[in-house]
Amino acid sequence: MKNKNVSRRTFLKALGLGGAGVLLPGTVQAARQGEELATLLDLSRCIGCGECVYACRESNEYKFPRPEKPFPPMFPKRVKVADWSERRDVDDRLTPYNWLFIQSAEVEHGGNVHEVNIPRRCMHCQNPPCANLCPWGACSREANGIVRINDDVCLGGSKCKNVCPWDIPQRQTGVGLYRKLLPRFAGNGVMYKCDRCFQRVAEGVVPACIEVCPENVQTIGPRAAVVKKAHALAESMNGYVYGEHENGGTNTLYVSPVPFEKLDAAIQKGPGRPGLQPVPNMMEDEENLAMASVLAPVAGVAAGVLGIGAKLIRENEDEE
Amino acid sequence: MKNRTPVTRWFDRVFVVCCSVLAISGLAQMPIFKRYYIADIPGLGWLADFYFTHKTHYIFAAFLLALLAQVLVLWFFRWRTDLKLSGGGMLRVGLLAGIVFTGILRMIKNQPGMSFSPGMTMIVDWAHLGLVLLLGVTAVILAMVKRRAYATWKK
Ligand code: SF4
Ligand code: SF4
Ligand code: SF4
Repeated sequence: MKNKNVSRRTFLKALGLGGAGVLLPGTVQAARQGEELATLLDLSRCIGCGECVYACRESNEYKFPRPEKPFPPMFPKRVKVADWSERRDVDDRLTPYNWLFIQSAEVEHGGNVHEVNIPRRCMHCQNPPCANLCPWGACSREANGIVRINDDVCLGGSKCKNVCPWDIPQRQTGVGLYRKLLPRFAGNGVMYKCDRCFQRVAEGVVPACIEVCPENVQTIGPRAAVVKKAHALAESMNGYVYGEHENGGTNTLYVSPVPFEKLDAAIQKGPGRPGLQPVPNMMEDEENLAMASVLAPVAGVAAGVLGIGAKLIRENEDEE
Repeated sequence: MKNRTPVTRWFDRVFVVCCSVLAISGLAQMPIFKRYYIADIPGLGWLADFYFTHKTHYIFAAFLLALLAQVLVLWFFRWRTDLKLSGGGMLRVGLLAGIVFTGILRMIKNQPGMSFSPGMTMIVDWAHLGLVLLLGVTAVILAMVKRRAYATWKK
């Protein structure tokens, strides 16, 4: 995971003047060691210009699905195709061709009306259910905090979307490995979402959406530093933080001058348009059960040593 | 006589129930029960609840680990002198060991702060699934040829 190519210069190379503000101290070191990086989004600065949305598309276009048509007929009939290939320019929700979009809300808070723009994409959870519950090994969390779906392997079963508290991954039918296996009977394409520009980060360049933003809305850095900065920022504006503890902790921290409950109530939600609701740690039970399964063999050994169940063998062969 | 390991019925049943629940909750990790209407059968809706089946898989995996640990101890300290593993037994013990090993890796990966590389994640998942399918096929074949016994009495 270590990457010797990452230097402060390469990370800064792509940034314009003043761009250094988006890079917290320690980022280069952390990236080099494959440590967990997080992003901070200062919502008080976002003007909703959409530059980041277009930069994301441009930078990631080569990863977008190129489905072959006609699609294999699906069995059973209830399996619906998800085809965004004719609607690639939709930019007001998440799609396989749009991994980032801007939500807008007008909310009243503290006697003022705030217009808040919220760039939305995958949160890159610290213990992501999409990766933990993917049965096929297609989705994984990398040491630097990036959660990524491997489009060579994904079968498009959409489970990651079902278990994601924000329903982030989006399906495109007609691409990927399933076409080579049992296209009629298993799988339905590939799931797509923000991969936090893994190829850029690997080379020490900040993600495209961060680089392009004229307002320096986003900051990237080692998670601890980002959390610290988020709190300081929230304090300075008497604001609120989202993403630090949601779903057990994410690597995307939003700081807003208005409470997230109000934003959640004001934004347009629905398919491809995630909310900003409170989210418990979806993997908490499993985290505890894993501890139980460490103790289980100990109990088994103890039972064996104590001779409990030694009689599990039928002494008498004829017993039935 | 050769068709069953000389374990008590009770033990046999616990093992079979444990493995069956693991097989079903494991298969339910693939989004197939909903697609193929099985989760639509009244009373089987839980098969499409990924979190529920995942937790069930963890719980029964813990049971299986306890059971296997107990059997290992009993085997090495008591049974080994009287019983010997059959060929089919050896094969299934090997497959089970692989399944348990990859399952443990998967559990470790799912703990907070643990990251496997994408390639490693894929190998672990495919191996777990592949070994289970192999074990299933092996078990069915051995049952058909009436060689179900893992172990038999030494002469
Ligand atoms: S580029 Fe910056 S200011 Fe413009 S919408 Fe994106 S985050 Fe907001
Ligand atoms: S936000 Fe959803 S898709 Fe992104 S890492 Fe978390 S669970 Fe996965
Ligand atoms: S990090 Fe990269 S992939 Fe993710 S939204 Fe930004 S530009 Fe798109």
